[in-house]
Amino acid sequence: MFGKIVDWIDDRIPMTRVWNMHIAQYPAPKNFNFWYFFGSLAMLVLVNQILTGIWLTMNYVPSAEGAFASIEYIMRDVEYGWLLRYLHSTGASAFFIVVYLHMFRGMIYGSYQKPRELLWLFGMFIFLALMAEAFMGYLLPWGQMSFWGAQVIISLFGAIPVIGDDLTLWIRGDYVISGATLNRFFALHVIALPLVIVILVFLHIVALHEVGSNNPDGIDNKRKKGTVAEEDKPKFKFHEYYTDKKDIIDAIPFHPYYTVKDIVGVVGFLILFCWVVFFMPAMGGFFLEAPNFEAANPLKTPEHIFPVWYFTPFYAILRAIPDKLMGVAAMGASIVVLALLPWIDRGSVRSVRYRCGFHKWNIAGFVVTFVLLGWVGATPQTDFKTIVSQVCTVTYFMFFVLLFVYSKNEKTKPLPERLTK
Amino acid sequence: MMKKLLIGLFALSVNVLPAMAAGPSVPLMEAGNDISDQPSLQRGAKLFMNYCLGCHQMQYQRYERTFRDIGIPTEVGKEQLIFDGSKVGGHILNAMAKEDAAKWFGAAPPDLTNVARVRGSDWIYTYLKSFYKDESRPFGVNNTLFPSVGMPHVLQELQGLPTPIVEEVEENGHTVTKVVGTETDGTGEMSVDEYDQAARDLTNFLEYVGEPTRLESEALGIKVIGFLIILFILAFMLKKEYWRDVH
Repeated sequence: MFGKIVDWIDDRIPMTRVWNMHIAQYPAPKNFNFWYFFGSLAMLVLVNQILTGIWLTMNYVPSAEGAFASIEYIMRDVEYGWLLRYLHSTGASAFFIVVYLHMFRGMIYGSYQKPRELLWLFGMFIFLALMAEAFMGYLLPWGQMSFWGAQVIISLFGAIPVIGDDLTLWIRGDYVISGATLNRFFALHVIALPLVIVILVFLHIVALHEVGSNNPDGIDNKRKKGTVAEEDKPKFKFHEYYTDKKDIIDAIPFHPYYTVKDIVGVVGFLILFCWVVFFMPAMGGFFLEAPNFEAANPLKTPEHIFPVWYFTPFYAILRAIPDKLMGVAAMGASIVVLALLPWIDRGSVRSVRYRCGFHKWNIAGFVVTFVLLGWVGATPQTDFKTIVSQVCTVTYFMFFVLLFVYSKNEKTKPLPERLTK
Repeated sequence: MMKKLLIGLFALSVNVLPAMAAGPSVPLMEAGNDISDQPSLQRGAKLFMNYCLGCHQMQYQRYERTFRDIGIPTEVGKEQLIFDGSKVGGHILNAMAKEDAAKWFGAAPPDLTNVARVRGSDWIYTYLKSFYKDESRPFGVNNTLFPSVGMPHVLQELQGLPTPIVEEVEENGHTVTKVVGTETDGTGEMSVDEYDQAARDLTNFLEYVGEPTRLESEALGIKVIGFLIILFILAFMLKKEYWRDVH
């Protein structure tokens, strides 16, 4: 009976074929480690944001007069409204945590290198859309930091020559941040950008499955057809789409092996996530900033205005440069340069495991730089921190410059024949 | 390599985080309140309704849910803590017009629903204990934590009017006279310890109102995380079982 239903559906849409091609018979390298959890976790958080977002929308009032009160209504009067809101607000920060770790994985194992350039670019577009999504979402509670944070960020566009002022006016829909801004940000936050993100995630996965996953060794596990002896081939059945073109080694089907493994990752993540949601949703002012519990007041500027933590590394680069236009340009460049990584890195060895010692130090330095930038961007400026942010801005870009230089004739270690544990 | 990086990152974050908390000019006293202490919350609610509500609203918080959460029977609350005949299901409001308030105090008294989330409990506790006599101010009082505050010392009948302790202190190379602390003048109805407790109770109540679901959240959180830990063990065993064929 069940088989008949499946046949009936398969005659009409390619259900079984897609399931096999992309899940049950999709060849995944068998040596994925800890760093490979974050892709599936990002999808989990995306689903969390969409679901909790839908329920929040049912009680949220998108107007300058009603927004702040409706959030308090959700927090106090709606059944489990506090839980929905904390899941959503913690989810926003969790999204950036897993995405930053996911991108870092790509950096250390060279997952952006040929032939995965488009995969990396789709990822960068997701990151951009995610930043826009988070920025617009942060205006919606209409608290003091929502208002003034948006004021600061939107005014950055005013630094662009000639069209700057008209551009800020066009973004705000008003001469100041107002209900008009809130309403359009609401529309973009709940419909336009989520749609863009979902489509980009789909393309990201299409691109991934076309070229196949990279792995911690950074070597190809797909060999030229006919070059692999029968006894070296895995005992699993993979979809002809992959085996017709290449011989595959050291691979296992995504399902059930990585589905059961990802479940472990998901539950482990949820333990940490729920710990924040239930016990410390404000995360010491990092996930929910204290001034945002006060309704937006255009006449009262908060003592310090900070973006939420996930923007602060880029914000620090902006503030490091005294000239506003140059600061905006540097901030933009800091993201563009990340997107260009596949072309900046001229090496052919992907994984940090087999690259030169200098590459390891370069990556370590980049991590320290990123964290330091995040710190100076999230705290009140002092003379010392201005110097830190300027030094870090230089070291941030220096990572890419150095990589470009040494990757050309890099002294690498010999690559293994087969994937290692 | 990766492990060293991670450890380094962790060490860095531990060092950086405390430095990120912006400190106020006056060291804060520790409130030491406990939102699971219902008698304290009830005393705090009584203080709030009697001394604060005249000027400060809690426009997002309702009487009935407050009474329920802090263990006051609805009938008792209705009789003893609602002074303006508001409905028990209504918000905790007063009748003061914002325009009048701004005229009288220089600025409209802020809504206090979320004050504990904006300022923190230690700040509130310190603030309540930092009023002192200052004839140069319109109401004859000033506050060491919030200099030139527009608010009178509404708890004066309980605490009395503390006298300032003035000292000469070095600041940026200059000697300035500064109020470094206060001492009781003994005119209040309460002893120093009793007033501290009252300030703690009021702080406690404000912290509760800032996030009325805190205790519910923690109670549910323990169950959720307990379930997830069991699920984690099962998921781990399931993974091990499946991966037998791979290794």
